[in-house]
Amino acid sequence: MAPSAEELLRRNTVGINKETVSNVASTDFPGHFPGEDHAFSIERFRSAFSVQFHRNELNDASFSLIGIDASLANAFRRILIAEIPTLAIEDVYIENNTSVIQDEVLAHRLGLIPFNGGRDGIHNFLKWYKKPEAGEDPYANSFDWNTVRLELNVTCTVNPDAAPNENDPLKAYNHAHVYAKDIVFVPTGRQVEYFSGDNAIVPVNPDILIAKLRPKQTINLAMHMHKGIGADHSKFSPVATASYRLLPLIHITKPIIGADAEKFQRCFPQGVIGLEKVTREEASKSGSGYEGHAGEYKAVVKDSMKDTVSREALRHPEFEGKVKLGRRRDHFIFSIESTGQWDSDELFLEAVKHLKLKCKKLEQQVINMVQ
Amino acid sequence: MPGRTKAQADASSQDADMQDVPPSGQDEINQDAEMRENAEAEEEEEEEEVEPQRLPGSTDTAASFEFTDEGHTLGNALRYVIMKNPDVEFCAYSIPHPSEPKMNIRIQTYDGTAVNALKKGLSDLQDVCDVVAEEFWTKRQQFNSEQGIDR
Repeated sequence: MAPSAEELLRRNTVGINKETVSNVASTDFPGHFPGEDHAFSIERFRSAFSVQFHRNELNDASFSLIGIDASLANAFRRILIAEIPTLAIEDVYIENNTSVIQDEVLAHRLGLIPFNGGRDGIHNFLKWYKKPEAGEDPYANSFDWNTVRLELNVTCTVNPDAAPNENDPLKAYNHAHVYAKDIVFVPTGRQVEYFSGDNAIVPVNPDILIAKLRPKQTINLAMHMHKGIGADHSKFSPVATASYRLLPLIHITKPIIGADAEKFQRCFPQGVIGLEKVTREEASKSGSGYEGHAGEYKAVVKDSMKDTVSREALRHPEFEGKVKLGRRRDHFIFSIESTGQWDSDELFLEAVKHLKLKCKKLEQQVINMVQ
Repeated sequence: MPGRTKAQADASSQDADMQDVPPSGQDEINQDAEMRENAEAEEEEEEEEVEPQRLPGSTDTAASFEFTDEGHTLGNALRYVIMKNPDVEFCAYSIPHPSEPKMNIRIQTYDGTAVNALKKGLSDLQDVCDVVAEEFWTKRQQFNSEQGIDR
């Protein structure tokens, strides 16, 4: 006994009402609807699942996952944020810092700067770093395959060429501002093979302001970068944002015509609602609600994906009972903005791979547990 | 009764009543001292990763499992696929305390053992990942060639 298309749409829609939300939980489990088979089958999942790309740039990708449950989509999102490794500054060895910015604040600022470099080197050559135990040599575990050394050595001086009454510190002094581009990468050991030329380790954005100096002030320090994950510290998170939203649905149940249609259009972001002329055919059909309105404008849904689901339309009495808002339960519009160390689309694939690997390891351990 | 890890076997060889045991299935810290005396056991402990543990009070068809270093990411996804198994009567997950890196999954079955339901859940989840990755890559290639993105 297969449910009707109407019933399937109802199950697939999260209702967004004036003051409440309804039909929130998934119901696609065996035994929930008598006589229906909801058992997991990979063939059924494969035929129902699809991906649609909206945008695919290095630092910004957007795509839809359709036909997947929130628990799985959310697992991918969470892995993107917290479990994909990146390289970031972890230790700062301050030789001299006479700037007004304190050592610990400076170290924190440095840690948050995103870096990029040869992908093969970052993803494959560099491995995890293990912190030495207390009392051990602090550099005991530092090797070319787990530690990247950076240096920053800047001193501010008076610019002799500047006009005597120059007020702009950037012109009056040299190095009044310390930027991310002032950080120097020092390759060690085999890093030369992986990180030379275009593959050098450099800040993603060279113009990040680190500190401001005045003449005779100095910052002289060395930094060690290690691999880490976002769960430990958000500086290791490979994404600026990784989020999804459900596809908005707008269902106009009764005609909205004339001045009302224009007002209705203004209740939504631009491009969501379009205005079309009522055709002679529609107007001649009795019971359609368009009788005698031929040539007037009616509101139609043009692109519900652009909607923000502000519920503004539900606040006006003239639209009461004429429109239903909702969201599609199994249509996730993902948006991934990478911080630069990975490509955004590559990141999602990495998240899927990560979840699979996790399950594979645990499955083997469960098999061992039974024996 | 399916055995637990070898390290635990010498601490308590039999399943105890739920009331008599600490709420966690993992070794207590004070057992470390005992372990150090036994060089062999220590070696084994180092080689093995921490496995999901069957919690005390479990039977074959109704068991709780404790996962170390897992959270909502795996917990909710695994709960969903296990619930999709028609042999499963009940499945839920919880994180008993936010400052302990532990996640518990409870499985009760109509048919078959809870361990098998867990195993099937983990393998189904891997299949899902394969399908998602494959479809994602095909659509990505398609989109890139349509848009002239060369990467």
